[in-house]
Amino acid sequence: MSTTRKRVYGYLAEFESATALYAAAEKIRDHGFTCWDCYSAYPIHGLDTAMGLKRSILPWFVFCGGLTGMATAFTLAYTTQVVIYPTVVQAKPANLFTLPAFFPILFELTVLFSGLTVLFGLLALIRLPRLNHPLFESHQFHRVTDDGFFIAIEAMDPQFNREQTRDLLAQIGGSSIELVEED
Amino acid sequence: MPLTSETVPKPPVSIKLPVLEREKLVLHGRSYHWITTRVCGILENKQPLLWWWIFIPCTLIAIIGVGGGLVRLVSTGVGIWGNSNRVMWGWPIVNFVFWIGIGHAGTLISAILFLTRQNWRTSINRASEAMTIFAVICAGIFPAFHVGRVWFAWFLAPLPNANGIWQNFKSPLLWDVFAVSTYFTISLIFWYLGLVPDLATIRDRCKPGLRKIVYGIFAIGWRGGNRQWSHYEMAYLLLASLATVLVLSVHSVVSFDFASSVVPGWHTTIFPPYFVAGAIFGGFAMVLTIMLPARFIYGLQDLITMKHIDNMARIILLTGTIVGYAYLMELFVAFYTGAIYEMDAFKFRITGPYWWAYAVMMTCNVISPQVFWFKACRENLWVVMIVAMCINVGMWFERFVIIVGTLARTWLPGDWKCFAPTLQDQSLFVGTLGLFLALFMLFLRFLPCINIAEVKWTLKESNPHHEPPDDPGVTRIPAYQKENLKSPPPRS
Repeated sequence: MSTTRKRVYGYLAEFESATALYAAAEKIRDHGFTCWDCYSAYPIHGLDTAMGLKRSILPWFVFCGGLTGMATAFTLAYTTQVVIYPTVVQAKPANLFTLPAFFPILFELTVLFSGLTVLFGLLALIRLPRLNHPLFESHQFHRVTDDGFFIAIEAMDPQFNREQTRDLLAQIGGSSIELVEED
Repeated sequence: MPLTSETVPKPPVSIKLPVLEREKLVLHGRSYHWITTRVCGILENKQPLLWWWIFIPCTLIAIIGVGGGLVRLVSTGVGIWGNSNRVMWGWPIVNFVFWIGIGHAGTLISAILFLTRQNWRTSINRASEAMTIFAVICAGIFPAFHVGRVWFAWFLAPLPNANGIWQNFKSPLLWDVFAVSTYFTISLIFWYLGLVPDLATIRDRCKPGLRKIVYGIFAIGWRGGNRQWSHYEMAYLLLASLATVLVLSVHSVVSFDFASSVVPGWHTTIFPPYFVAGAIFGGFAMVLTIMLPARFIYGLQDLITMKHIDNMARIILLTGTIVGYAYLMELFVAFYTGAIYEMDAFKFRITGPYWWAYAVMMTCNVISPQVFWFKACRENLWVVMIVAMCINVGMWFERFVIIVGTLARTWLPGDWKCFAPTLQDQSLFVGTLGLFLALFMLFLRFLPCINIAEVKWTLKESNPHHEPPDDPGVTRIPAYQKENLKSPPPRS
């Protein structure tokens, strides 16, 4: 419906190579933009620094997840084997010193909980699944997963300005600059 | 420049450093778009006739062998597996250990080779991870059903039974349940996370319709922004580290099932490293068995180069030699300890009624991979394929020798029986082979069999800091690559 009022998402500009994208990212970072991102088909080495991104905090989540897993395994093994129903099998005792026999399960549950934390922690950090996104409205953005290199600066950014931002993108080597709008 | 005689060396005009280039992982300077089109083309175009010729028989074998076999087993009872003596239990265990071992190469390629920055892994990691998942599925069938009354298989889970008795956490069999289920879960997460960017690639190439919706849902809205890649790469690194310890632990735990028993021939400390090396060895052979035909059928020679095959052949040679060392060391330790029961167990394996299984194991696993010392053999795909097939057979027989060859002579002479698989036994195993291949065919049909994003990442121009090609200070010497022998690249 053409009568629907559209909301501006931001500018999308294409760059010709990973090197050009890297150089452009450094300039946008130095201009002090905050709501923007570089899009590419594969992770580009060093782009985090060029964009001024901090190291991912995912390892801390996973560390906590792993500790939870180990604690779960210890509680499970100790409670069931020593507290609730001590069974003497093959003359192995049922007390705290049975701990070495619990090591494989301590290890496995540590790994299992860590792995699940990686998955769900990652999804939380990158805010996915999100099947719809204004960028998918763009007529050229589908090339990002093939061979396109793009930078999108969002209208939410306090520095965003319709004319100046477009000029900046053109000046740092962006082509096919497109104003992306969402319904 | 003035003329000089032969004996006086020319003064150096400028110092040129010789630089040996790395082998190219993608040949013929293929572009990003070519890689996308070639890999996605496999699942977007019609499958070749050969695909149907493999898929339909495999599916039938899987339905009859696994589906029919299990229905008959559950409705009749495990007696149809001929479980009338202790040796007969060996068959499901042989197949379980065989399949679980196959999976290890996938995890090694995706995890250990990732941590050691072996970029050649990128072309083969997706298919090997898929192979891991399917192999673990095949493996899981055997222990789940060999419990006899399968509706009590929940006894394996850490839940109390009706009398309030819990599982024995000191038992290697319960460790195995945890190890295998963790292995499957982590492998699945690893595989799926790796797939997400490639599923997004397929989503973006689809025309609007059901296909786009389905791929779109599984691609969870991936956009390829660097704020996503940054966390994604960290997640991949973490999973690789977790999977690295898993690949070493799973088959170790499987080997504890044997090593912690008091049975001559099983009760040895060499079992964990020996099983892990054997698993990686057998797994790489299976990767080659399925990837060599796939590479040929789908024309992936520029992505899976002779260099990749050469590397895999070298790993097979290394792990095969470790396995050979373990076989010999087992014999030496049996002799050196002076334990008569231990010595007798090995004498029985070598000269007893299963001497032929031992001979097949030794020939296929120790002797056949030794041809890979020679470059000509590593570069001849027929030789590579034949050796890989030999290893597949040999690794199955290794488990047969270890399990059946030991159970047939345990402590009590009343247990001394010989083993013959029933028709049910055989059809279930053949059924899992069909299931494995059928699942792999479906994988080739519906999912990108090469990790598109990671292969693009290995291209030289993907690194924003790659050196300019015309650096005057160096002379580039191209690395040896078999494909370049016919048309050597121009030296610059």
